Amino acid sequence: MSADLFIIPFLTGLAFAVLLPALGSYLRLRDEWLAALAYSHVAAAGALIALLLGVPPVLGGLATAALAGASRRLFARRLSGGAADALLLLAGWGGAVLLAANAPMAERLGHALFDGQLYFADKDQLWPVAVGVALALLVLRAISSRLLLARVYPDLFRLRGLPAWPTQVGFDLMAALCLAMATMTLGVMGAFALVFIPPWLAFRRAANWRAGLRWALGIGVAAYVAAFALALGLDQPFGPVLALLLVVTALLVA
Amino acid sequence: MSFLLRTDSLVAGWEQPATQPLDLVVAAGEIVGLTGPNGVGKSTLLAAIAGRARVFSGRIEQKPGLRLALQKQDVPPVVGMPLSGRELLALTGATPNGLPAWLADRLDSRLDRLSGGQRHYLTLWAVLQAPADLVLLDEPTNNLDVAGVDHLTEHLRDRAAAGAGMVVVSHDSAFVDAVCDRVIALEGVHVG
Repeated sequence: MSADLFIIPFLTGLAFAVLLPALGSYLRLRDEWLAALAYSHVAAAGALIALLLGVPPVLGGLATAALAGASRRLFARRLSGGAADALLLLAGWGGAVLLAANAPMAERLGHALFDGQLYFADKDQLWPVAVGVALALLVLRAISSRLLLARVYPDLFRLRGLPAWPTQVGFDLMAALCLAMATMTLGVMGAFALVFIPPWLAFRRAANWRAGLRWALGIGVAAYVAAFALALGLDQPFGPVLALLLVVTALLVA
Repeated sequence: MSFLLRTDSLVAGWEQPATQPLDLVVAAGEIVGLTGPNGVGKSTLLAAIAGRARVFSGRIEQKPGLRLALQKQDVPPVVGMPLSGRELLALTGATPNGLPAWLADRLDSRLDRLSGGQRHYLTLWAVLQAPADLVLLDEPTNNLDVAGVDHLTEHLRDRAAAGAGMVVVSHDSAFVDAVCDRVIALEGVHVG
């Protein structure tokens, strides 16, 4: 197989291997890591609905995830303790599985979304992903101190009159869109593995916040590169290899 | 307007009224103590002044543009989070200058690897030193040893001398006597 054939899929996945551990660090900071899995499932369901309606699945996935992210706060007070994320996750999973079970076209796409379809990424996918990831990283950097202040001193944050929407609805919306994009490429569990495990390990080991971001980034990129090479060499699907590699790393390092 | 904060017959609570009416005036550079038995509503009054608890009757008047800071009894949720003391101070805009030596040496440690007293003092310091005209403190001496209380007393007086007003809720009568210009006992008795 030509190496050129895999360079674009590799770069597309690498962009997510940089973004998702950083995004996961802020989701973990806010105790909202389950939201990542919920957004991925909702995006998968949205992509399948779009497919059946004759709309590009990517648009459907992004739209439903964005809707979930933007409206999450509306239910936060009634559904506290992570219940909103659990309900979103179950609704997304139930919807996606039912759609896949009742439409042959949806079944094929459903498998691709849950298992990941990284090797099929092309230039048309790489550029939007690269731009989206760069934008998301810039936004995260810009609102990082507000996210931290809102978590550690919510009253001081409020007393200073800082606008809440960039750190609440804005962050939720951005996280949902990033997870939807990642799900279309890495699959539901591949994306979740990168959002959850590197920050989890980093939070245990790092001496400070900046070091934690560096740890998460390093673990995420190293695991991604190793999983890509391993999956290619062994002719295995990428998502499960990445997830298993990160789980083994977690057990060894934790 | 010569005061930072004034309350007239303020009655506050969460679901229902939980305090007796409070008349309070705090000027720049003044430290006012609120004392009283448990359950009298000291913390609720601070929360109402900070806009968290509900005002059932009376009124709160603040100097226009007043910058408030609030320290609550519960320690910020930093356990399991890789956040150093230096990063915490940077978040609130607080300076490390003036920290006691036993804490200045630990600024680069994670907050969840400090002792309970060290963590409490550092999270308190981050609020105390944040840019603010009026600082509301709720039981600031909790978890502090004698050295910590002594340092805090001295620092509050310095902060007041620099122009900040303060309202201090505390059950520690020796601390209140040492640090406050006036004390209001929440059973309708004004002292001082």
